[in-house]
Amino acid sequence: MPLYDFVPRRENVWRWLPVLAALLVFPLLVTSEYLLRIAVLAGIYILLTSSLNVTNGYTGLFSFGHAAFYGIGAYTAAILATRFSLSFWLTLPLAGIVAGAFGAAIALPTLRLTGIFLALVTIGFQEITYLVTLNWIGLTRGPMGIPGIPPPAIWGRPLTGNRGYYYLVLALDVLLLFILSRIVTSRVGRAFVAIREDELAAQASGIATFRYKVLSFVIATVFAGVAGACFAHHARFVSADSFRLDETFAILTMLIVGGMGSLLGPVIGAVSLVVLPEASRFLAEYRGVVYGLILIAVILFRPEGIAGVPGIIQSWGALSRAQQPAAEEPAA
Amino acid sequence: MLVPQLINGLTQGSLYALIAIGFVIIFGTMNLVTFAHGEVYMVGAFVGAFALTLWQLPWFVALLLGMAAAWSLGFLIEKVAFRPLRTAGHMPPLLITIGLSIMLKDLAVILFGAENRPVPSVYDQTIRVVGVQISVLQLVILGLAGLLIVVLQFLIQGTKIGRAMRATAQDHEAAYAMGVNVNRIFSLAFALASALGGAAGVMIGIYYNAVFPIMGATAGLKGFAACILGGLTSIPGAILGGLIIGVVENLTVQFLASGYRDVVAFLVMVLVLVLRPQGLLGRKLRTV
Repeated sequence: MPLYDFVPRRENVWRWLPVLAALLVFPLLVTSEYLLRIAVLAGIYILLTSSLNVTNGYTGLFSFGHAAFYGIGAYTAAILATRFSLSFWLTLPLAGIVAGAFGAAIALPTLRLTGIFLALVTIGFQEITYLVTLNWIGLTRGPMGIPGIPPPAIWGRPLTGNRGYYYLVLALDVLLLFILSRIVTSRVGRAFVAIREDELAAQASGIATFRYKVLSFVIATVFAGVAGACFAHHARFVSADSFRLDETFAILTMLIVGGMGSLLGPVIGAVSLVVLPEASRFLAEYRGVVYGLILIAVILFRPEGIAGVPGIIQSWGALSRAQQPAAEEPAA
Repeated sequence: MLVPQLINGLTQGSLYALIAIGFVIIFGTMNLVTFAHGEVYMVGAFVGAFALTLWQLPWFVALLLGMAAAWSLGFLIEKVAFRPLRTAGHMPPLLITIGLSIMLKDLAVILFGAENRPVPSVYDQTIRVVGVQISVLQLVILGLAGLLIVVLQFLIQGTKIGRAMRATAQDHEAAYAMGVNVNRIFSLAFALASALGGAAGVMIGIYYNAVFPIMGATAGLKGFAACILGGLTSIPGAILGGLIIGVVENLTVQFLASGYRDVVAFLVMVLVLVLRPQGLLGRKLRTV
């Protein structure tokens, strides 16, 4: 079974129990706060890449604005936590809801556009969000950012260390992957894939393509918002510079390197690209160069990434198979 | 106050137009979008700045050097990134240019430092034309942008190679069958588009007296917005789009807040894409 086909089911879930056990034990064996911080970051990026995978991977809608929704979630959490002293357990879902509402507001007028036009609208939205965040001083404090976001508390005890936060993010990752695995094996997930593979044929088969595209966009943006809240309460500080187009490109690079259209791809991509620059001082200084080179190499030599479904980016932008460039048929 | 702002807007707009024309040439001939155009512009600007400061060359030599550097970079990008992927659809080349853009920006920060690098000003006197103070530099920039556009128009409309370019833009398979060396036309188109971007970069460096590594990111996107406003496939449209965005930006500074200046281009981009995807002068595209 190829890696991209993997979906947890009742009969194969035991295989992943050792992995889960290792992940649970990891922070007990590792004492370095630095390593734990990287693990937390990787966990947040898993949320981001997996959610972006819903639109870009499963449904084949290329969004270039993921960092904007991530930022909207982070700012929602930051503002609610600092001004209204809401607890993390309220800001987390609210960040998801607000980001999802923005996602729906963008999706409804623009998802009738196809291909490159949709990608460009999301870039425009990304830049507008950044500039408004930077300039709406009354709401976001502009370039000063919002400091002093309280850490999440469990039964009144604040979760200040990276170890506690690690478990929190791990739980969210497992939850998201569980939800996604349920979605992609359902009628909805099959509709997403049908739209990606051949939108005209999907429509002809009675799939309300527009509604499913909006749904896919909203799912992706809700979880980007949740990731934003996670980031805000972990870094305890948000500023507009963390959510620029560069960040979108970094998330996109992780997704493509890991592989689109599969459950494992985004996880592999996020973990490897968060860990890689930390492997050496040299790589950390040249992070952009490393990401750029890896992205180029993957597109040239293995466009499906490490564990992605082959052919997604090649056939992108065409409404129907009839318009797609001839891709190599997979061996039977 | 209105007339100077209009002239500022037109000056900037003419440079956006040069960037936008680059996008039109690339999209028109190859049906592809590049995200590395802003970085090509940045490289042109840096070469121009070095020519002016380190080598003390006259400004037009700096301009030519910047254009040559951008031309070579464009040529290289087409060779390495676009040629192997000619049949792979739109997205792989687009992603490659994203990779290139991240890489070039970071390399520039590493090599030249993230801070602004000063560029000496040229023609810093002003003249009075019918009661309005205009800086000579602005006139020179407007004139040069106009000159480049005229030369380009002549190249495309009046020469054999231009005819080959137009044929390739219409149908590259048919052009190939008629004996046009399509590969060479693609290289040429990309290099030409890049050289225009490089020229805009050098002029912006002189105009604002500074160059910096991330200057390409915003400029590239604004050029793209101009190109979309004009209609993606039309050179006159790109010129018009560039000028409109330049002028509206400066009016925003005048009448609203200067912080929202950059929002204009992206707002225009989103609105045009949603309401009129073919832009002002473009033709309707079935699907891209």
